[in-house]
Amino acid sequence: MLGEGILKGMAETAKNFFGSYVSKERLTTVEYPEVRIPPAENARVFPFLVYDGADWEAGLRCVACQICEKECPPKCILIDKSKDKKPDYVGKQQFYPTRFDIDVSVCMSCQICVEVCPFEAIKMDTEFELATDDRFGGLLLDRKELAKSNEYYHSIHPTEASEVDARLAEEKVKVAAKAKAAAEAAAAKAAAAAAPAPKPPAEGGT
Amino acid sequence: MAGKLDQIFILLRDWLVHFLPEALRPAAGVVLGVIAIVCVFPALFALTTVFERKGLGRIQNRLGPNRVGPFGLFQPVADGIKSLTKEDIVPLSANAAMHFLAPIVLVVTVFMGFAVLPMGRHMVLVDIDAGLLFFFAMGAATELSVFMAGWSSRNKYSLLGAMRAVAQMISYEVVLLLSAVAVVMISGTLSLPKIVEAQNTYSGIFPHWYIFTPWGLAAFVMYAIAGTAETNRSPFDLPEGESELVAGYHTEYSGFKFALFFLGEYLAMFAISGLGTTLFLGGWSAPLSILDFVPSWIWFFGKVMLSIFVFIWMRGTLPRLRQDQLMNFAWKFVLPFTLLDLLVTALWRFMGEGWMRWVVCSVILVAAYVIMGRASLTRKEIGPRSYRYAE
Repeated sequence: MLGEGILKGMAETAKNFFGSYVSKERLTTVEYPEVRIPPAENARVFPFLVYDGADWEAGLRCVACQICEKECPPKCILIDKSKDKKPDYVGKQQFYPTRFDIDVSVCMSCQICVEVCPFEAIKMDTEFELATDDRFGGLLLDRKELAKSNEYYHSIHPTEASEVDARLAEEKVKVAAKAKAAAEAAAAKAAAAAAPAPKPPAEGGT
Repeated sequence: MAGKLDQIFILLRDWLVHFLPEALRPAAGVVLGVIAIVCVFPALFALTTVFERKGLGRIQNRLGPNRVGPFGLFQPVADGIKSLTKEDIVPLSANAAMHFLAPIVLVVTVFMGFAVLPMGRHMVLVDIDAGLLFFFAMGAATELSVFMAGWSSRNKYSLLGAMRAVAQMISYEVVLLLSAVAVVMISGTLSLPKIVEAQNTYSGIFPHWYIFTPWGLAAFVMYAIAGTAETNRSPFDLPEGESELVAGYHTEYSGFKFALFFLGEYLAMFAISGLGTTLFLGGWSAPLSILDFVPSWIWFFGKVMLSIFVFIWMRGTLPRLRQDQLMNFAWKFVLPFTLLDLLVTALWRFMGEGWMRWVVCSVILVAAYVIMGRASLTRKEIGPRSYRYAE
């Protein structure tokens, strides 16, 4: 009969109207600033730089190879390479960035920098509350603002961070073994030559 | 005591007026009444906007606005400040005078309608004999403002919205008037307070409201449909269908002029609800004779707010009609049914007291409803489209 569908619809909406006061399951709204849903593990917003240890400046994994700067499609990364070197996580002497800026107003969150980085130094953050009243300086993050600890990385992407840690540890073992083998070879050589000229310590190439 | 509370506004007015010299008293009384109407209904409008948003939210299992003040009740204040501080933009090619006048004409004409509505026992601003006629005359004048707004904006969306609005309002105005005529046929008067008086009698504890008669129920349903269309409310909100026409006839309005259109729309809703209450729901009379001690104005405003709730409920439920569906529904279903209802009302009037007229009138109306509903629900089988030339 005419109007039957309307009554059915009205009953449905009335059920919703009164039901939303009674049952909590109906109200799926999360009242955001007070209540938060933890971000999904595969969430990504803008990149950040990972550092190991307590000191962010000493522990930065970045070696200023500038691959990410070159690969970045919108060109939002600016890196200045250092003149001197400092040891990286395996003890090898590496350059480090004296300046590492990301303009997040330009960044398009494509994750290409993360994919090309051979040093696991740049990762995607889940921090999204970046609103600022200074749209130029406030959105241009320097290396201090970008540096976040490995523990933080573990807290936002646990699975991925564990994989990265395992990979780095494996590499470290490999390098140590290689260095040891090289040292042994050098020692054997030295012993064989009896009195060779002092050689620089062997370095494990990666 | 109950009588005093019932007449509290009248007593208050008389007390305020008695400070003035004798000659000024009638004029001052009217001015006070106007001030009351101009304050109360916009306040109701402000409350309704927030309740509408909360109600629609609940219908969609959302919370609705709840940030400004306790439970979001100060939301209209925030909205008002926002619309006051917004830039008032008038298009360069618009007819500036018309563009400026349209929202004012709308609000003024809508407010005029409240003058004849009895909002409580003796609470009517001007008790004119042809109050119903006056109300409909003012209601029809709102179409003028809608068309002024649409035409003077020089915007295709505005014009399309205005064309739709006028087509729709004129079609449904006929139904609105005819369904009110049924009431006039029974009560024999055009005066709204007298129509309420006629319904303010009881058998036992049950009232003699016109909605509790077969012809009254049918007329009320038709009045409700036409009233929804007349106030451009969903599902008949084609004139401002925001998915098609940006905002319809008030596309080119911003700031407080836009707020005035919004106010006009809601005031029209109050007016239509108020008139529906007066004609069919017994106006300010209590729903049961034992509840008579509650002040009459509480009943009137309670019934109006209940109708507003139904408006909101419908808005949360029904999708918008298409233009052809709207017109077909008006001219092929609602209008014939209302005309039939007029005949039934006449039959009711001349069959005299007794159960016979209940049976006869109900049977006629239900049968007509079923048959016409069947007819309008069956679709023509058109079959697959064939292309004669463009294969």
